Parts: sequence; structure tokens; C-alpha cells
Amino acid sequence: MIQPRFSNLPPGFRIQRETNTEEFFINMGPQHPSTHGALRLALRMDGETIVELVPHFGYIHRGMEKQAESMSYLQYIALSDRQDYLTAIQNNLGVVIALEKGMNVGVPEKGEYIRVMLQELGRIASHLVFYGCFGGDLGGQTCLLFGFKEREMIHDILEEVTGSRLTTNFFRPGGSRYDVPDTFIPRVKAFLDHLEDAMRDYERFLSKNIIVLERSIGIGVLSKEDAIAYGCSGPVLRASGVEFDVRRANPYSIYDQFDFDIPVFHNGDCYDRYKIRIAEIHESMKILRQCIDKFPKDGPWRSKEKPVRLPVGRYYSEIETAKGLYATYVVAATTGEKPYRIHTRGPSFPHIAALNKMVQGHKVSDLVTIMATLDPVIPEIDR
Amino acid sequence: MQENITLLQYFKRYFKRCITGPWSLMCGLSVSLKYFFDPRRIVTEQYPENRKTLRMHPRYRGRLEMIEDADGNNHCTACGMCERACPNASINVLSTKNIAGKKVLGRYVYHFASCTQCGLCVEACPFGAIRMNQDFEVATTDPNTLEMILNKKEGQG
Repeated sequence: MIQPRFSNLPPGFRIQRETNTEEFFINMGPQHPSTHGALRLALRMDGETIVELVPHFGYIHRGMEKQAESMSYLQYIALSDRQDYLTAIQNNLGVVIALEKGMNVGVPEKGEYIRVMLQELGRIASHLVFYGCFGGDLGGQTCLLFGFKEREMIHDILEEVTGSRLTTNFFRPGGSRYDVPDTFIPRVKAFLDHLEDAMRDYERFLSKNIIVLERSIGIGVLSKEDAIAYGCSGPVLRASGVEFDVRRANPYSIYDQFDFDIPVFHNGDCYDRYKIRIAEIHESMKILRQCIDKFPKDGPWRSKEKPVRLPVGRYYSEIETAKGLYATYVVAATTGEKPYRIHTRGPSFPHIAALNKMVQGHKVSDLVTIMATLDPVIPEIDR
Repeated sequence: MQENITLLQYFKRYFKRCITGPWSLMCGLSVSLKYFFDPRRIVTEQYPENRKTLRMHPRYRGRLEMIEDADGNNHCTACGMCERACPNASINVLSTKNIAGKKVLGRYVYHFASCTQCGLCVEACPFGAIRMNQDFEVATTDPNTLEMILNKKEGQG
């Protein structure tokens, strides 16, 4: 390859006119700040362009599914907090719905409303972390603080209701652990009014920013066919133009009683994956406002408490967390307190698997953007 | 992404972005400045200074403690339900026998170092003998303080 640009250098500094490019490998991670946890990405590079990417998992493997075999069902609910720590309250529900199918218990109306409201609060919290990390990974640390500011308010509400900010351990078969306090509804209402204003600011801050547009439009395109083939779900799938949401396709809890849209974008690039999460925050706010209007004043919030013992059988549940489809499969070989096997299908693993398809031909800095918009949580992949 | 556009279209877009680009950055900066100057938008807590007034919510799961009256009597019957419910073996209930030959609580040993504060023990207790307190400053320099005996009086009941 001839490089005429350097021909005016003095003779001592002259660079070889004929250069051969050679592929080389670099490691990204496991402690790279933009990999969202301990994930190692082995990159095959041609110059600054990525040719191939191989993700390596397992740095924080804790053997949760194996641990579950020696745990009772209730203890596994506490363990499910530690999978995807950003959507802990949603993981709780995924496990609990599978247990309820086995125990054959129903949930009173107030209990269902509590569930839906906490689900949507958790979804907003997770998407706000995405907003912060997306801006932060692109170099705007202001976004990081903006996103975490509102998330802090959600965690305050969660702390008051469940007793813990992140590891909530709240839902139980037949309802939840506690009733909500009286201050819950006014606090959520005040928070929604605040978030409405804040989101306007945040979108103004990032959505039209020229640096974000240049770095995200047309980057990391995942086609509709690939997204389906790799098993992507959640916002990543919907940004590629597939209208699939478990809340609509296979409604659990009382999601069929609410009026909300499922935002779908069609380009499948980083900017669409950003926009869809912003749109989903607005949809969650819509659901929360409907919940506040219809929230039952009194009535039971939990069906009659029973010991958690499952009859022999196989039970499956799937829910839509903020990241995507979260499914739990429980096998009970003997009637009792302990499972034979619990398997979890987490949303982040297929997204990382599809990463190789998205980054080919892009630069390393684009890989950071793509990783941010996939919003993976590595402890949930490794488990 | 490869796009097929004419040179004229390219330059048109280029100059348009020269105007809209800086404008979008100014919009973003205006948001920053709004948050910078408006004192109502300050959310930071001055943590070590507000220690006196900082209280956790009543449901907050801090350290495990035994509900005792002034004389040190508790409701624990050493049934061991909390020990069974604990996912990581943080609780050891050591029972003993009183003079009448009845099984009573000897020592309630609590390993705070391995506790994840899930609260399953409190939920499992049929007598309401234990609770989680609102203590959140639990860091210590002495690991021996993490092993604690929760009941003050041995062999009661």
C-alpha cells in the first residue's frame, strides 16, 4: 500500500512506502469499564477495524442453578436478586409466577396492582441506568449523574416498600411479603410528575446531540432476521422491527387490563436502541398512572399464606424484564420444599452472542457504543 | 453505512450539520447550566454531616437483632426455624435445657459477616422473636465483632 501523505518527511523519518497490513488480536476486559461487568472480549483486528469478536464468559460464575438444587424455593427467590441486579424486582416475579403455577394459588387484586407498579418502577430504574451508561460510555459523564439521580428516587420508594434498595426479595407465592405503606401512592405520583419534567430535559440533553447522532446512527445494525435467529428479546429485538413483548404476547399478572403501546423501531442501529428505551420509560409512566387511578384502597394483598411446597411436575414462567425475556423453568422431582432443578433463561446472553454480527467492520470506539446500547448485565449471564 | 448520494447533497448536509451540530450542543449545555445554577435541583446529601437526622425506613433490613424487654426476656423458643430458613448458614441456634428439663434458648449465634440481609429468618420466625434493625453503618475494623450473640440472658423460659 502506498502512503503518499508521508512522502514529504525528511529522509531519516521516512516510513516504508510498501506496508503490509497484518491482523492482530487485542483483549478488551475483563476489567474494562465499558464492558458492564467482568466480560472479556477477544478482538481480531485489521488496523482499527474489528474483523471478528469472541466473547469469553464465566469470570463471575457462581453456579446459581446448581446452588438452587440444595436450596428451598423461598431461598431461591432471594438468590434471583443477585442475577440481574438492575431488575431484581422483576426477577423475583419471574420465579414467583413459576412457583404459583405449581402451588396453584391465585393473587388478590391489590397484590397484582402492587406487582405491576413495582415492575414498572423497576423497568424505569433499569432504563435510567441505561441512559446514564450510554451517555457515560460515549464520554458524557453528566448523563451518568442525570440517570442515577432519578433512579435514586425509585430506589428510595423501593426501600420503603421492600426494605432494600437493590436486593428486594419481595414477592412471594400468592402476593408479596408486605402490604405497601400509605405513603406509597403519593410518592409514586410525585415521582412521576418529577420524572415527566426530568425526561424532557434529558431528551433535550442527549437525543439531538450531534456527537450522539454521529456515533450511533448506522452503527451496529442488527437486522430483523438476525435478531430473531440469535434469540434476542426486549428492546434490542423491538429496535430491529419485531413487535414482540411478553406483556402483550403472553400477558402475565394483569398486564392485559392496561392500555399501553409497544414502541417498535425499524433500523436496528444504536440510535434506535436508545430511542426505544426512552419511549419505554414513557409507556411505563403511562401504566403507572393507570395503576394509581385504579389502585384498590383496601382488600387483601396476599392470599392465605401456605408453606411453599410444589407437587411433582415441571413449571415454566416467562416475563418481560427491562432487558428482555426472562424465563424460569422449575422441575420438581419430589413433592417438597426443594427443587430438582431450576433453569433460568436470561435476556443478556443472546445479545452478547449477537455482538459479533453487529461489530464487524466497525471500530473499537463503536464497539463501546454497541455494548452500551445492548445494556447487558454480566452477572446475569454468568449466574 | 454506505449511502449513495450526490456531491451536492453531501455538501448540503455537511453545511446543515455545521449549523445544527453546535446548536444541539448548546441545547445540551443549557440543560447542564440549568442544573448547575438552580438550587432546587440539588439532590446531594451531605452524608457525614447529616448523620444525626438520617433515619432509615422502618422496613429497612439492617442487622438482625432479638426483640427483648428491659429484663432481657425474649420470645425465642429455640425451634430453629430461622436457622433452617437462612440461605447461607449465618444463624446458629444453640439450645440448652433448663432445670425443669425443658428445651430453651442457650445462645443465639449470628455471623454477620456471611449475612446477606435477605430477611428470610424474620419471615420464618413463628413467634416474632427477631427483627432487623435500621443500623446501616455496619463497617468495622475488627472482624471479631462480626460474630455476635444476640440474646443477653441464657437459659431462660
